[in-house]
Amino acid sequence: MNGGMERAVHDRGGWPTGEPIDRAEHDLADWEVLMDSIVGTLGANGTMNTDELRRGIEGMPPAEYEHASYYERWLFSVEKVLTEKGVLAPGELDA
Amino acid sequence: MTYAVGQRVRVSARSHEGHHRTPGYVKGQAGTISRVHAAYPNPETRAYGATGLPEQQLYLIALASDTKNHVYVDVFGHWLEEAK
Repeated sequence: MNGGMERAVHDRGGWPTGEPIDRAEHDLADWEVLMDSIVGTLGANGTMNTDELRRGIEGMPPAEYEHASYYERWLFSVEKVLTEKGVLAPGELDA
Repeated sequence: MTYAVGQRVRVSARSHEGHHRTPGYVKGQAGTISRVHAAYPNPETRAYGATGLPEQQLYLIALASDTKNHVYVDVFGHWLEEAK
């Protein structure tokens, strides 16, 4: 329906699937709560906005995107965007 | 270009390099303006650290899924064209 236009890995509305949607609730690990709070703070102090967060998530390599959990994607994006901005040095979080 | 409730529109099928919020499955689809939302900062520039100004008008579009059902999707005005 869209002329075979290239779609990024997150852009999956309308994908055919036989799998049911997993609606189960799950507990958040401490680091996931912390990740949420870090992104909230980065937004509140003007360091990084939601659209930058989404760009980082949606530009993940497809294989990494598929294997990453929700907040692992947030972590990937925050590290990427803050490194672009020079807030983090390349590889700083690996140190 | 602005649109009114009830107006027929088509979502642009143009290619777009870079961040945007128009889902692939609505591109090229014709539908009807269901609601005129507010204008919002443009995520296509805001995603690269810009202000997102000028704000872009957001619309709720109803796309016919079958004869009885519709899919409702928010689409920015600069992704819409008048449907013939």
